[in-house]
Amino acid sequence: MSETHLQNEAIHVDTERGNFSYPENYEFDAGVGLTEDTIKYISDVKNDDDWVREFRLKALEVFRKKPMPTNWADKDLENIDFDKIRYYLSKGQTPSRSWDEVPDDVKETFERLGIPEQERKFLAGVEAQFDSEAAYSRMKEDLEKEGVIFVGSTEGLAKYPEIFRPYFGKVIPTADNKFSALNSATFSGGSFIYVPKGVKLKQPLQAYFRINAENFGQFERTLIIADEGAEITYMEGCTAPKFETATLHSAVVELVALKNAKIQYITVQNWSSNVFNLVTKRGLADEGAEVKWIDCNIGSRLTMKYPGVVLKGKGARGEVLSIALANDGQHQDTGAKMMHLADNTTSNIISKSISIGKGRSTYRGQVHMPKHLKNCKNNTECDALLINTNSRTDTYPAITTRGQNNTVQHEASVSKVSAEQIFYMMQRGLSEGEAMSLAVNGFVNDLMKAFPMEYSVELKRLIDMEMEGSVG
Amino acid sequence: MNTLEVRNLTVSIEGETILKNFSLTIPKGEVHALMGPNGTGKSTLAKVMAGHEDYTVESGEVLLEGVNVLGKEPDEIAHAGLFLAFQYPLEIPGVSIANFIRAARAARLPEGEAINAVEFYKELYEKMDALKMDRKFTARSLNEGFSGGEKKRCEILQMSMLEPRLCVMDETDSGLDIDALKIVSDGVNLMRGPDRSFLVITHYQRLLDYIVPDVVHVMYDGQIIRSGDAELAKELESKGYDWIKEAHEAATAGV
Ligand SMILES: Nc1ncnc2c1ncn2[C@@H]1O[C@H](COP(=O)(O)OP(=O)(O)O)[C@@H](O)[C@H]1O
Ligand SMILES: [Mg+2]
Repeated sequence: MSETHLQNEAIHVDTERGNFSYPENYEFDAGVGLTEDTIKYISDVKNDDDWVREFRLKALEVFRKKPMPTNWADKDLENIDFDKIRYYLSKGQTPSRSWDEVPDDVKETFERLGIPEQERKFLAGVEAQFDSEAAYSRMKEDLEKEGVIFVGSTEGLAKYPEIFRPYFGKVIPTADNKFSALNSATFSGGSFIYVPKGVKLKQPLQAYFRINAENFGQFERTLIIADEGAEITYMEGCTAPKFETATLHSAVVELVALKNAKIQYITVQNWSSNVFNLVTKRGLADEGAEVKWIDCNIGSRLTMKYPGVVLKGKGARGEVLSIALANDGQHQDTGAKMMHLADNTTSNIISKSISIGKGRSTYRGQVHMPKHLKNCKNNTECDALLINTNSRTDTYPAITTRGQNNTVQHEASVSKVSAEQIFYMMQRGLSEGEAMSLAVNGFVNDLMKAFPMEYSVELKRLIDMEMEGSVG
Repeated sequence: MNTLEVRNLTVSIEGETILKNFSLTIPKGEVHALMGPNGTGKSTLAKVMAGHEDYTVESGEVLLEGVNVLGKEPDEIAHAGLFLAFQYPLEIPGVSIANFIRAARAARLPEGEAINAVEFYKELYEKMDALKMDRKFTARSLNEGFSGGEKKRCEILQMSMLEPRLCVMDETDSGLDIDALKIVSDGVNLMRGPDRSFLVITHYQRLLDYIVPDVVHVMYDGQIIRSGDAELAKELESKGYDWIKEAHEAATAGV
């Protein structure tokens, strides 16, 4: 219970519920390493249109040319060996619409993760991705009748190019960064969603991303379009078993909220400590539209993720609410980007990070408000909680505001859970893990109140597991 | 069986000896007051008994209902029945009083058993009413932004909810005005019973007008130098600590 004790006992990353895997048995396997042939293999099994084939091959070139962002980011990135990764693994190309038709091992995987149960309880639709492809995908029938589209990336581009192609790769261009280029070359799976004008989904759609294979790279691609006045909440969850070797997860998520539409995108990341999680997420908000990212990062070896909103239309609103928990040996490098491009746009960023043991949290924020704009507002709040002295936290807020009628507010705080606080709670009968868990839950409590209920419950469960895991 | 037996306890911190061959016995159901000047080691005793790891136990034993608790984790000692009302209660931001007490209660339940929320709140509200605490308090973050008096009341609320066998109250009276002192004392008196013992640590006699002790101990320089009944506290109040210090020094010098 002294400082050193706290450090030594710190809470390893394992969130045991996700730590299991089934023997590999894949019908489609692109092999190890990344060449033109790998890309062609992926295009062949997917039967990509020519423009998609070209898009991928061009992206591969961009990926090769782009340097790693190690000039500013974590040097650990250099430990990713792109020649040892497997870029495509799947059991089949068409997701089942009934859990009964899903292969037993895959079905069991998702049952253990509680997905079918959640679907019954509160979801409007679910897609469950196992390595490169969705094994299950289903949406409530009434939504289909209203014209809602909820499919994988391959099907979205092949069947509905008129809807998706105009926005595909436009919010996040291939060359945005090295990992968006990698994803653009290798993407598979993810969700393509279209919500027609005025349709408001009452329940969330959910995708669950599961990595099962070792040395694997998962590159899902998501594009959500909410047409004028439409509303949608999308939740994603993810887990992977704990392998000795590094696993790569590199997604691209593009959101398009047209006039007066609302998109809420919720992530519950729960990666094992061998996963490099390098994700690019950005939303476009048209006039009067709202894009809200709720992003919770637990686990992984290194996460680099800075959800952004391009506030393109007058009166658009953008929000990023994030919680990052960096345990021993982990680095959560997260933040937010707000690009104000029109008058009367507002953005809000609340970031809470928890660093434990040798865990490290970094916040990088970027708020851009050019001179000619009027009545724009940004509020940024970054709070860090340190559980023991070795933890490290850095804040790099970059706010570029010019112009007179714009306001920017920035607050940051760093607090610690002291040994005396832990002693106090243990004196009341809580174990060390329970005490830390309570302190962490208290720290994120006010932010969690803004989250949908089901999500708060899941998050609390994950935090408890993370904190109690090894101490007990 | 005695609720507490501290036998020849010697404790140091950072090379300085604080408790010096300290002994104290509290039989079941009794209320003992521990008085003494500041810096004598009263809080040190309380924290060592509760399992605080900063202190080095050089020798001795602390038996709680016959079982030595030295070397046990604070939560184990809490489960064994010791409650410490802190001299300086800690703030736990974002954790409500209700959730904290509930978690503390849940930690005492056997695996798989859950708290009945309705009964829990009923009991909590009754006990808050008795301590004249506003029910709105349940939602406030534990001790965060509380006045000194509110913190102390909150300690007593926790104590009454957790039903300890031994209540160690470290200067609960400091920070309380006379009305609050009466309310808190009433709360404590309600908890008195044949199966529960109290160690009431205080600097002043005032509290002992309301919580009348069975035995009063005077502590000085890491030891108990005199014990007596409730009258001793009054004598101390009128004559001051110097009287007892001098008497003690004269006695030890003569040896
Ligand atoms: N954590 C600590 N580190 C160093 N010295 C301490 C610590 N705690 C207590 N002491 C010292 O021990 C002595 C007794 O303190 P304490 O037990 O708080 O006395 P009391 O409660 O009787 O006022 C004091 O001299 C104090 O400075
Ligand atoms: Mg004291």
